[in-house]
Amino acid sequence: MPPFLRRLISLAILPALLLLGGCNFVVMSPSGDIAAQQRDLIIISVVLMLIIIIPVMVLTVVFAMRYRASNTDAPYDPDWDHSTQLELVIWAIPLLIIICLGAVTWMGTHLLDPYRPLDRIDAARPVAADTKPLEVNVVALDWKWLFIYPEYGIASVNELAAPVDRPIQFRITSSSVMNSFYVPALAGMIYAMPGMETKLHAVINNPGDYEGFSANYSGHGFSGMRFRFHGLDQAGFDGWIAKAKAEGGSLQRPDYLELERPSENVPVQYFATVDPLLFNAIRNFCVEPGKMCMSEMAMIDAKGGTGLAGLNNLLPLTYDKDARRGSIFGSEPTFVANICTIEEALAAGQADPSKPASIVDRTPLRGMSLPRPGTGSVNPSLSQTFGSLRPSNS
Amino acid sequence: MPESSPLLTAIFGRLTFESFPIHEPILIVTFIVVALGGLGLIYALHRYRLWGFLWREWFTSVDHKKIGIMYMVLGIVMLLRGFADAIMMRLQQALAFNGSEGYLNAHHYDQIFTAHGVIMIFFVAMPLVTGLMNFVVPLQIGARDVSFPFLNNFSFWMTAAGAIIIMISLFVGEFAQTGWLAYPPLSGIQYSPGVGVDYYIWGLQVAGVGTTLSGINLLVTIVKMRAPGMTMMKIPVFTWTSLCTNVLIVATFPVLTAVLVLLSLDRYVGTNFFTNDFGGNPMMYVNLIWIWGHPEVYILVLPAFGIFSEVVSTFSGKRLFGYTSMVYATVVITILSYLVWLHHFFTMGSGASVNSFFGITTMIISIPTGAKIFNWLFTMYRGRIRFELPMMWTVAFMLTFVIGGMTGVMLAIPPADFVLHNSLFLVAHFHNVIIGGVLFGLFAGINYWFPKAFGFKLDTFWGTLSFWFWVVGFWVAFTPLYVLGFMGVTRRLRVFEDPSLQIWFQIAAFGAFLVACGIACFLIQIAVSVMRRDKLRDTTGDPWNGRTLEWATASPPPDYNFAFTPVIHDNDAFADMKKRGYKRPLEGYRAIHMPSSTGTGVFIAALSVALAFGLIWYMWWLAALSFIAILAVAIAHTFNYHRDFHIPAETVAATEASRSKLLATVAGH
Repeated sequence: MPPFLRRLISLAILPALLLLGGCNFVVMSPSGDIAAQQRDLIIISVVLMLIIIIPVMVLTVVFAMRYRASNTDAPYDPDWDHSTQLELVIWAIPLLIIICLGAVTWMGTHLLDPYRPLDRIDAARPVAADTKPLEVNVVALDWKWLFIYPEYGIASVNELAAPVDRPIQFRITSSSVMNSFYVPALAGMIYAMPGMETKLHAVINNPGDYEGFSANYSGHGFSGMRFRFHGLDQAGFDGWIAKAKAEGGSLQRPDYLELERPSENVPVQYFATVDPLLFNAIRNFCVEPGKMCMSEMAMIDAKGGTGLAGLNNLLPLTYDKDARRGSIFGSEPTFVANICTIEEALAAGQADPSKPASIVDRTPLRGMSLPRPGTGSVNPSLSQTFGSLRPSNS
Repeated sequence: MPESSPLLTAIFGRLTFESFPIHEPILIVTFIVVALGGLGLIYALHRYRLWGFLWREWFTSVDHKKIGIMYMVLGIVMLLRGFADAIMMRLQQALAFNGSEGYLNAHHYDQIFTAHGVIMIFFVAMPLVTGLMNFVVPLQIGARDVSFPFLNNFSFWMTAAGAIIIMISLFVGEFAQTGWLAYPPLSGIQYSPGVGVDYYIWGLQVAGVGTTLSGINLLVTIVKMRAPGMTMMKIPVFTWTSLCTNVLIVATFPVLTAVLVLLSLDRYVGTNFFTNDFGGNPMMYVNLIWIWGHPEVYILVLPAFGIFSEVVSTFSGKRLFGYTSMVYATVVITILSYLVWLHHFFTMGSGASVNSFFGITTMIISIPTGAKIFNWLFTMYRGRIRFELPMMWTVAFMLTFVIGGMTGVMLAIPPADFVLHNSLFLVAHFHNVIIGGVLFGLFAGINYWFPKAFGFKLDTFWGTLSFWFWVVGFWVAFTPLYVLGFMGVTRRLRVFEDPSLQIWFQIAAFGAFLVACGIACFLIQIAVSVMRRDKLRDTTGDPWNGRTLEWATASPPPDYNFAFTPVIHDNDAFADMKKRGYKRPLEGYRAIHMPSSTGTGVFIAALSVALAFGLIWYMWWLAALSFIAILAVAIAHTFNYHRDFHIPAETVAATEASRSKLLATVAGH
């Protein structure tokens, strides 16, 4: 390479490196154990793939140079179009790499399943058996985030805090359209979907002030749907809770109906008291008084439904956060009136309220020499899962 | 707004004076430019008395070659619109920092990124791919036209009608603000009460009719109309990939149609398929649309793979390495493309086993794709590579696409997807494969087959310039997006808080500007080539020393393609003919049976635009009238008995004789 060219290249690379150095690659240097393991998977997969990508790119350039038409020294073999050995290699190498990558994927996906309770705080420390995770209920509203802390009876808008090294269990839903709950420094994202609940388990290892946002476009105010996530030490977290209790107002159902109306770039708010059933009511679309909860509806349907009588149980919709417009040929917007109270409905929907409903399989992954997750009590949920697939009337 | 009278509502439906975006200066200027350009075009057509010519020779033509070219023109025109959207987005994101709102409000910006995606996929990539298949496939298999020539014309006009519906939304009303796949509940009537989503639905439904019918047409053509001797394993690779693509079209576009029907039922008659309450489930829509959406990616990229196979083999002067494994790789990709759709929403929370399954099936696709890359590589091995423009695009593709493939496999690992999903890394990835794979392939194909279509080569100077602007511009525009993805920046954001990100968006905007230069050079390349066509003339019909049948006939091919249907003995049919000293038969011509032109396709497509417009704006009288008119035209067409004619043997003889004379002058030189 001529020296001027080399100088030119170093001149071009230098600012690029400076640029990269000044940046915050939060995905590649996160502060939470889950995100760090996800980062590791990215690196492992890239390295595995480079085994094949680099030779391909090099060979492309080499062949393109060597077999150019003007180079008559290179051999020319116009009818050579098959080689069984070469074909075997061509198919076998990608296959082997994908087998490795597939194994990594299978294990990684199960170990980092967002529904799976954490078994470690970081690579060195397992979760103690008696640890109670911090529960945070997350609601994506148009266009802000509501975080409810059932353990402390408080709530906040567009600000989230958690003590370092304590596992957090998020229950996530949405009030209107789809969003995605994402704190890159903490853990991967999971969708926030209306009428549904997703879960995310994560832990933050380093104290700090991190960014969180919605990672799924949700309408006009989407760009402003950001929040700060504070990783705090225990004292700092207690202080944060105290501050919320001191500064905050009350979040009962009427307050929520006011809060859920669309608004953009909303400042941080705190609520010192929260209706304990609010999150379940939001998830079941029955915050409005008199509206039947989806869990109640599902339960009625599961028992055979009310048939045509159900048609008579509709009331015209009066409350509407978005000035709802019905479809042109459809009936006027209505809702299903409730039969029992929200408390009764929610209680009926949950088989045993003393045990949290969980579909997580905590049995170890068998045959892969993986450490047993969690505290080790084997839950026979696999046989339950398969048992439930059997026809019940057999 | 004054209360509109029932009469006005009955006539104009939802359309009022406020529906016109007169408060948007950008749109006003655009409208003036488009209107002036349109008037200029109309004047020129009138001045040079081209209306009759265009109508007779092009619009009503059922010739697969002309329809293919019209598809290409549509794709290139829509590329300009789609790219204008792209550069506006890049500019907005480069500006909207430090408290600045940029120059686009949310209402406008959200329409732009939705329109960009919809237009680039449905009205740029699809018409360009379909156009090339239409033009090349019958020539490669030695056929005189497709199986259903009228259907072909009709398909084109339905695609064009869909594009027109989308373009109307620019000036009348608004377009969807939902993202290109219009996920409910955001796209439901409750959260998108305006006309935007209705434009989206009806634009895609009308174009979808065209795409589905064209898929059926080409599928039947390849299965039934191959020249004698062309067994399945002697089909040229481009035709093989076209076959697989059309299988995918026929199998998946009905799913898109069905899911959009369900969405329109929700929006028009108040059903609850995808609503939040009354038992609706938005995630069902997400599943269904991706069951169409993922194979759609392969619908676009498989023909591009076919083009690269033709180009590599031709310009290396060698048989394609591993033809059989190439064919099986294509078939495997076709089948696997149905088994991966869930990787677009791992973050929905499906559970570890489901996510792993779809992640691993996605990775498995990279095995046949990798085999293809190796096959191209070993086709170059021991070749005599001529670096003409198509070959340059191919090498650029090989170097670019492997990176896109790698980032794709990264996204296929569910836990990695959790941190990269919906980020600019994802945006960079799919542009990496769609530009680096599909678009580079299309440019290779355009440069490769242009002389066949028009009888002269494309200018290499401007072509080379366009090539470098595109390749460099692509990397400058999308490398920053990869980087931003690692910084956790999500897509579709209109304003930003962190000022350290701005420099990356500025670099990306500069890259988009380079791509704009690439597009400009491409247009200049065509203009210059037309002006210098006498110097660039291809008199032999075989400018590249080609290997497949399309190079055996004249450039441009006569209406009947081949005076005698060729007999095939080898998968490189024309290379085989040349090697064995094949002589063109010079006598014994017979009259050739050909399909007749018809304007029915144009009429039905125009009425479909009116129908869609009526449905979008709730002008029920218009919808009803145009629907009845569509039925009437369709029924009337069944009574059209002038469907075919014969080209007399004398005409064929004269055409072939003039070609012989041309070939003799070449040989004389």
